[in-house]
This record gives sequence, C-alpha cells and structure tokens, in this order.
Amino acid sequence: MSAFVAPVVLVVGVGFIAAVILTLAAKFMAVPVDETALKLREALPGANCGACGYAGCDDYASALAADPTGVAPNLCTPGGASVAAAVGALLGVDATAAEPIVAAVMCSGLTDLTKKDMEYQGYKTCASVKQFFGGPGSCKYGCIGYGDCVEVCKYDAIDICSGVALVNRENCVGCGMCAKECPQRIIDMIPVKSRVYVSCSSKDTGKRTKDICEVGCIACKLCEKACKFDAVHVVDNIAKIDPVKCVNCGLCAKACPRDIIHVIPKPKAAKPLVIPAKDEATAQ
Amino acid sequence: MREAIIIIMGAVLANNFVLVRFLGICPFLGVSKKLDSAIGMSMAVVFVMVMATAATWPIQNLLLEPNGIGYMQTIVFILVIAALVQLVEIALKKYVPALHKGLGVYLPLITTNCAVLGVTVLNIDEGYGFAQSLLNSFGAGIGFMLAMFLFAGVRGRIEANDYPESFKGIASTLIAASILSLSFMGFSGMIDGIFGM
Repeated sequence: MSAFVAPVVLVVGVGFIAAVILTLAAKFMAVPVDETALKLREALPGANCGACGYAGCDDYASALAADPTGVAPNLCTPGGASVAAAVGALLGVDATAAEPIVAAVMCSGLTDLTKKDMEYQGYKTCASVKQFFGGPGSCKYGCIGYGDCVEVCKYDAIDICSGVALVNRENCVGCGMCAKECPQRIIDMIPVKSRVYVSCSSKDTGKRTKDICEVGCIACKLCEKACKFDAVHVVDNIAKIDPVKCVNCGLCAKACPRDIIHVIPKPKAAKPLVIPAKDEATAQ
Repeated sequence: MREAIIIIMGAVLANNFVLVRFLGICPFLGVSKKLDSAIGMSMAVVFVMVMATAATWPIQNLLLEPNGIGYMQTIVFILVIAALVQLVEIALKKYVPALHKGLGVYLPLITTNCAVLGVTVLNIDEGYGFAQSLLNSFGAGIGFMLAMFLFAGVRGRIEANDYPESFKGIASTLIAASILSLSFMGFSGMIDGIFGM
C-alpha cells in the first residue's frame, strides 16, 4: 500500500504546484488584449498558415487592429470572400476596396539581345537554373526564361516570348503567384492604372550592362530629367517609377535611349489587329 | 574545460539529436521547409532544452531519487516541462514581447517534444552534474539547429529539381534526411580520435 502513496502524492503535488503557479502567472502577468484584435482573431480561420504574409492568424489580427486602413482586410486566402467580408465589417472598411494590380515583368532581354556566359543543359526550370551559378545569361538580374511563372499561372496570363516572360494584362487578375515563384524576383505587382514601367532590373553599372545587354538600363538618368512629376528616380543603377506620382505621360519613355521604359496603350485605344490587304496578297 | 568541449562537441556532432539519436524528427521534417522558420524553431528548442534541464535536474536529484521513486521520471518530467514552457511563454509575452514574437509560435509546439524530454532524461542517465547537464542540453539544442539549418538548404535544392512523381513530398525528404544522417555517422569516432579517449 505504501508503495502507492509516495508517487501519487508527488505527482499530484507537482501538478498542483504547477497549476497554482500558472494560474497566478496568468493573472498577474496578463497582457491586455485589444478587443478588436480578439474579435478579428475569431473571424479568421485560425489555421495559422501564413498565407497573409503574417506569422499566423494572431499576428494578422493584431496588425489589422493596429492599422485598419494600412493593412488590407482581404489577405486571408483560405478564408476567401466570406472572411474578408467579416473582417471588413468588424473594421468598418470595404473589404473589396483593394486597388486592382497586375504583374509586370521587369526585364526586356530577349534571347538575341543579351549575351550568355555558358550553354546550360539541365533541368528546365528557372529555380534550378538559378542555383547553377545564377544562370547562363551574363546578366544575373534578368529573366531566365524557362517559365516557372507560366507554370504557376492559373489564368493563362503570362507566357515566354523569345526568352522573356510577357504578361497579358487582360487575363491577369493580380494574384501575384508568378511574382512569388520567380527566383529572380523580377516580376513586380503594379497598379492597373499605372501604364508606364521600367522593364529592366539590372543593378550592374551602366558600362557592364551596355556590354552584355542591348536593352538594359544604363542609369543615364535621362528619364529622371525628363519627368516633370518627380516620379522617376535612379537608385542602385536602375530607374524606378513611383506609381503614386506617375501620371502616365510617357515623357520618360521618349527620353530613354535604351527603349526599356514601356508604355502600355490605354485599353480603349488598343485596336484589333487587322492584317492589311496587300500583305495578304504578297503572301499568296 | 576539456570536458566541457567534449560534452558540447559530442552533443552537437557525434550524438546529434536529430540525425544520430533520431529524436525530434517531427519538427525537423515539419519546419525545415524555410530557413527563417527553421532558425526560429531551433532558437526555441535551444531555449526550452536549457530551461527544461535547469528545472528537471534538481527535481530528479533532490526530489525523486531521495524518495526512491526515480521510475516516475518520465511522467514528472513531462508535467514539469509543459508547465515550465507555459510559464515562460506568459512571462515572455509580458516582459519581452520582441522575443515572444520571435519564439511565440514555436514554444507551444515543442512543449512535449521528444527531443526536449530526451535530453533531460539522457542527462540523468549519463550521470552528468548540474553544469554538465546544462552544457549538454545547450549542445543538443545547437546540434538541432545545425541539422535544421543544413536540411533547410538541402530541401530548397530538392524542391527545385525534377524528380519522379512517386518521390514527391515526404518520400524525397526522408531519403535526403537519411543521407544527411549517414554523413553525421562519420562524426562518431571523431571525439575519441581528437581527445584520445
């Protein structure tokens, strides 16, 4: 009988002491939790998957509560529209108010316009090419062109043309999957309304870029001078357009000696492609 | 000093908890997908291992052994470690929010992890003193971190490659883990060789 007593008393005793300490700790060291954050946390699925970009649902809820206007309420992909609506209702903001964005590929280096360091023969995915000395192209910032982005796109909105990814703006819904997949990080998500962008990501010096690529940014700053709205700046040997200040005037694109600032025509101005009759005649 | 180095080296390399003793495989396979979460998890493991040893060694040697109930070790250790981690989490949240933010997600995950329990039990089995036990736990945590760090890099490379459909996911991960484990077996004679034991 006495063989039972010591272990039972001990385990119960240790358990009791631990319970008392934890209860006291929870009482005296309690951190006041934001009421809104708590409600938001309940509205979220609680899967702690991190799809929103925060470390779990708790983190996302507190970020939302701390900055209701700055943090988008529709970041929870697993929760979908219903969770976004619930979060929006709790915060009093429109859950679908996020500005539409599209993908833009920041490289124009077509195969015949860029130099190569080597011939690559291996797995034909950008991610594995990237691990092999940064890829065969001389420019280590450019599009690799094996189409990892094409693979992940569910909307048929991106394709590889002559070794460079090209976005079809009409199909792009702005999910950002390609931007996440790209090992070179050269796909940027830009607002739909901004139609002017610098299609190059090279941080090499102007001279180096000029040697290896016919369409790379050489950081000449002519665009900076041409811009009347202070929207273009050359940082780290690459021109960047601030979509907030840019009014899509296209002056920088005219000034660019390398033609890498692309201007996308207004959707209504885009005419259906009509093949002239004489071309048809010569073809026949 | 020489003994301390032997304990640390032994815990990190020759008796690496994940790759040689096969403890803590669950977090090893689960959290090694990304380097930053692997590092966060490992930091939490180092922290909890040292804390748990500091709490369980006195309990074993001052409470269980004198009363002749050393066989209650496992259940009492689980209880104490779980309570301790909870307490630490509450305290961190209150006084060191920055650290809590970094370790917070991982702390509850490893409360009753077998690597944590394993290190506390092994310390007793090896007959280490208090300071030696702490050193061994610290080394075990660092060994866990090393394994996680290496394996996060390995997994990044595996996933970028094109391999047969049947090996996708956990199958290729386990094969890679076994190869890494084999390479760690190579350390087993190293400690003896260096220190001439």
